[in-house]
Amino acid sequence: MEQIRNIKNKQFIYSLSTALMVIVGYAIMQSVINANLASPLIKGLMVPLCIYSILAISLNLVVGISGELSLGHAGFMCIGAFASCIFTRYMKWLGNESLLIFIIAILIGAVAAGLAGFLIGIPVLRLRGDYLAIVTLAFGEIIKNVINAIYLGVDSTGFKFSMKDSLDLNLGEGGIVIIKGAQGITNAPRYSTFLIGAIILLICVVILNNFINSYYGRNIMAIRDNRIAAESIGLNASRYKLLAFTIGSAMAGVAGVLYAHNLNTLAALPKNFGYNMSITILVFVVLGGMGNIRGSIISAVILTVLPEFLREFSNYRMLVYSILLVTLMIFSNAPALKDFRENLLSKINFGKNKKLINKE
Amino acid sequence: MSNIEQNKNILEVTSLAISFGGLNAVDNFSLSIKNKELYGLIGPNGAGKTTVFNLLTGVYRPDQGEILLDGENLVGKSVEEINKTGIARTFQNIRLFNRLTVLENVKVGFNAFNKYNLLDAVLALPNKKKVEEESNGEAMELLKVFNLQDEAHLLAGNLSYGEQRKLEIARALATKPKLLLLDEPAAGMNSNETMDLMNTIRFVRDKFNVTILLIEHDMKLVSGICERLTVLNFGRVLKQGITNDVLNDPEVIKAYLGD
Repeated sequence: MEQIRNIKNKQFIYSLSTALMVIVGYAIMQSVINANLASPLIKGLMVPLCIYSILAISLNLVVGISGELSLGHAGFMCIGAFASCIFTRYMKWLGNESLLIFIIAILIGAVAAGLAGFLIGIPVLRLRGDYLAIVTLAFGEIIKNVINAIYLGVDSTGFKFSMKDSLDLNLGEGGIVIIKGAQGITNAPRYSTFLIGAIILLICVVILNNFINSYYGRNIMAIRDNRIAAESIGLNASRYKLLAFTIGSAMAGVAGVLYAHNLNTLAALPKNFGYNMSITILVFVVLGGMGNIRGSIISAVILTVLPEFLREFSNYRMLVYSILLVTLMIFSNAPALKDFRENLLSKINFGKNKKLINKE
Repeated sequence: MSNIEQNKNILEVTSLAISFGGLNAVDNFSLSIKNKELYGLIGPNGAGKTTVFNLLTGVYRPDQGEILLDGENLVGKSVEEINKTGIARTFQNIRLFNRLTVLENVKVGFNAFNKYNLLDAVLALPNKKKVEEESNGEAMELLKVFNLQDEAHLLAGNLSYGEQRKLEIARALATKPKLLLLDEPAAGMNSNETMDLMNTIRFVRDKFNVTILLIEHDMKLVSGICERLTVLNFGRVLKQGITNDVLNDPEVIKAYLGD
């Protein structure tokens, strides 16, 4: 039974260290901010860091744990952002602004994005490999473009919807346009704070780690490792893949809610919800390690902060960024360096747990 | 278990056929296996033995024929449904969940029994802990049968070849099957390991009350443990009967050694 204890300890330490990392990271940054040591740039980065971390771990569930390459993750973020923002904007118009509204908005964002993930997942998860990647990429773009064409308004008689322009809504006295096509939602309430972001990230981390270390996570990883064998012992592969995809989408939706309420204006631009964003999230996941939740958060933080510090290089910023990215990739994934790291770790553990569960 | 039940046919296959393009991979294949029998399926390379396994487990859908497990028709069911009605298998080229631990590999096999709902899972409620403890205990019991208990914490991909084969059998047994299909269980094992495996297979049959159908090229293993045999050649049944009679049949010897 010592073996079981070993596995359990390992899982427990991993989950705990991930959660602690988030808490400690929050505590440090918050005290730095409180001591007035942080520049406005750093202060402004705190909520995006939480958002990108949530996006990275949610995509890791789909790509790393479930093993399906999805390139449309930003699309689900977009759905979460708009669904929740419509609600909070409407509530603001009614004169309701409170934390409770925001909590409800988070749930709305999660459910809307999860539902979209579920519906898109049914046809899409029948595809494998490259095909899946291409179709999810397309869906991501479709979501963004459809939202760009929507006009939604509200007045005393109720909601009004159009795909033409805002005049077509025929709003009555005192009505407002909630979504104004490509201009998006203006005057959105700003509820997102570093504290809320960190709490939500922590909740996502705990939920995800529990999920992975459960019956469900185990079955999903079994299907990833060998679909034929998994089916031969009675697992319904499509069902479990859909479950992972839906949960991943729902979490991306939550990240979208934070994003939407961090700005005054929410518009679906290629920059924030386009495939560039999906690729950026994928880079976080790959660099942090497939299936490694803690790694995803670390790489999301590093790769979000890094470009900001490179601003002084102005024109050469993206060049330096890409060189650093390649270097980091080599450092985190080269076999020789991996062995070196493992040896170092086993020395720290006095050889006790040497190569207990080594990767690969 | 009563004698009547002992003699009941657990698997009844009649005139099974499948062709790929113009090739009749399996043709007019019939087979009946009694409850708790150790049955061997042999034949030269390319005779269609693995194809028969794939038909029985639903990987391929037969062009014609009938498969009854304990009276239940299996034709048209999906792979996972067939597993749930009581057939589990191992693979000729080992298919383990390499990035999961040995223990987890077996625990995945319990998926139909040791369940809890999603809320228990994500919130780590007591019910999750309780069910996982049960699974751990049962899985260790199974691993002990195959002498894998000390490797429980290793990744399945890091086991030796022979151990991987044994783990595949353990995982299949975790689904509590009525019929266990073993596809070349002794492939790549030395004679000592094969002897061990023979004892384990017999032990498994008695302990888990399971019927076993196995494909094997190692004639020592086949003659050592199989009670009856079917010989396949070019997708057709060449001979069927008691092991010794079949192995000494001139036609069977000819199929194996040529003229």
